[in-house]
Amino acid sequence: MRSDLDLELVNLTKRYGDAVAVDAINHLFNHGVYACLLGPSGCGKSSTLRMIAGHEPVTDGSVVLGGRDISGMPPARRGTAMMFQSYALFPHLTVTENVAFSLRMKRVDADTRRRRALEMLDLVHMTQFADRLPAQLSGGQQQRVALARALITEPQVLLLDEPLSALDPFLRVRMRGELKRLQRELDITFIHVTHGQDEALALADEIVVMNAARIEQAGPARAVFDAPATAFVARFIGAHNVIALPEGKVAVRSDELKITGPEGARLQGRITGVEYQGTHVALTAAVAGDQEVTALLTDKDFFGAPRDMGEAVGLDWDGRAAHALRS
Amino acid sequence: MTPGAPAIPFRAGAPSSNETPAMTDQAIAKPAVRTRVSASRLGALSHHAAGWLLAAPLALVLAVFLVLPIVMIVIVSFWGATEFSIYPDFQWDNYRFLFGSDVTYRVFLNTFKYAAITWAFTLLIGFTVAYFLAFHVRTLGWQVALFLLCTIPFWTSNIIRMISWIPFLGRNGLANSTLISWGVIDEPLEWLLFSDFSVILAFVHLYTLFMVVPIFNTMMRIDRSLIEAASDAGASGWQTLWHVVIPLTKPGIMIGTIFVVTLVMGDFITVRFMSGSQSANVGRLISNDIGLLQYPSASATAVILLITVLMVIGILLRFVDIRKEL
Repeated sequence: MRSDLDLELVNLTKRYGDAVAVDAINHLFNHGVYACLLGPSGCGKSSTLRMIAGHEPVTDGSVVLGGRDISGMPPARRGTAMMFQSYALFPHLTVTENVAFSLRMKRVDADTRRRRALEMLDLVHMTQFADRLPAQLSGGQQQRVALARALITEPQVLLLDEPLSALDPFLRVRMRGELKRLQRELDITFIHVTHGQDEALALADEIVVMNAARIEQAGPARAVFDAPATAFVARFIGAHNVIALPEGKVAVRSDELKITGPEGARLQGRITGVEYQGTHVALTAAVAGDQEVTALLTDKDFFGAPRDMGEAVGLDWDGRAAHALRS
Repeated sequence: MTPGAPAIPFRAGAPSSNETPAMTDQAIAKPAVRTRVSASRLGALSHHAAGWLLAAPLALVLAVFLVLPIVMIVIVSFWGATEFSIYPDFQWDNYRFLFGSDVTYRVFLNTFKYAAITWAFTLLIGFTVAYFLAFHVRTLGWQVALFLLCTIPFWTSNIIRMISWIPFLGRNGLANSTLISWGVIDEPLEWLLFSDFSVILAFVHLYTLFMVVPIFNTMMRIDRSLIEAASDAGASGWQTLWHVVIPLTKPGIMIGTIFVVTLVMGDFITVRFMSGSQSANVGRLISNDIGLLQYPSASATAVILLITVLMVIGILLRFVDIRKEL
């Protein structure tokens, strides 16, 4: 369903000299989605985000938001706002002044500025820190301030550049809940760059997997996870085995693999690793063609029929669990 | 891997995958390794004694070459003098004469005037040069090259740099003859040389680099994403300069200001050469006294100058906290 606030990338290209950072990508972000750009470092996801934000000139193609080509506009006029990886809070300004910065640039009067900034701080639960300096805040608090500062401009699209990477794991899980809540409350598009597949799966309505300057696969989070289109996506998204069979490569989720006796199974192999993970046990097996596959069994299944290292086993899966991969 | 995450990513058949999400997370979560220098190497010495010993060499150098001379100057400033002799004494005559003469006030005022005007020009030029180097020159190689270019004048001595202005600015100098040949003026400009103009020109020429260096240094530490954040918030170039760059550059500006103000206030040779001995500042007052062997009087003036400069620095430091820069 198209709306007039959709964000569309049309043949968007970024070249640095001869190096191509983003190679003519096309994608439509529907209004109000939480989208994650997922990929390894150097895949072009950050360049893409910075081109949408206007901090990186577009080499070719365009960024269309709300029916207008915004690729030549200054960042503040685009209807986007960016939250920087290092938060980029102004160290000499208090929390309130940081949040109200864009209003001050627009010469809004001081009372309105303060009132609006406090509203935004309320949204991210930071009102009690309004008069502190950024250096007096923890990483998570700084991030909330950065979020408030980005949101005060009332953007249609919020761009987040690896927003959780500087936080410790516990805080990361909490902040991702917070991001999701804000996105629902504000009903605007969030585009979140990350290299963490768990982060993308936890947050995103839509995942765009990038590799080597191109979009490898895009779609709803479940669709991408359940049916990775390429070997790269299957490996990057995790919890999949890429198995080369005579009829071609297929991806099979680790938890879809069943351990059986060696006879009659699709693959025969020898167990090379048993790793206990609490709720699950991961079995690694070496199979024909010098391949290694991993099966994830629930602890009940495994301890019901324990296997030892070096044991010959068969690996089997439901025909519907295997997805042929595009090469 | 985030705690409580349901599954561990497997990548069968990808043994050489260089960046896996799980690995990256672990790298971040890994606690920083801290190295600690053990104090036990200092043997039987207690921390206390070791600290004193470590501080002693510098303390000794400062005591002999800084504190002692200043104490000497203060002592001598209370001595008495006649036309042909100096005698140890404790009298306030030197100070009484200094504060009783309106020459002193005029000369101090003139010194402040030189300092203020030179400061304004060096700040303007220094800030601009530093800004250009830090924000417009993209590559480090060019930054270093252009920075070295700025220091080339320092390969010769102060005096030579100063004197080389004379043939340029003189009555029949390059500047005047060029202007006359262009028909801009009919007769030579008298104020080009041996005037306040030439004094300040020489000061600005000599000391601008002392403003460039600390400002450039602070600017290089400004996180570039702050500039992007400002433009993301709709700040124009001038607004970014005024609301972000200048406030964050203040410590550097202050250090440069202290350099320039103290150098100009303590100078005597530039004023003598470039004013053709027609203007005076406190430095020349002291130098004249020394020339006449009036050491007690020179000392008294020096003590007052020192106090004045320290007061100026004290006031400057009230505005900006430079400790984080040092």
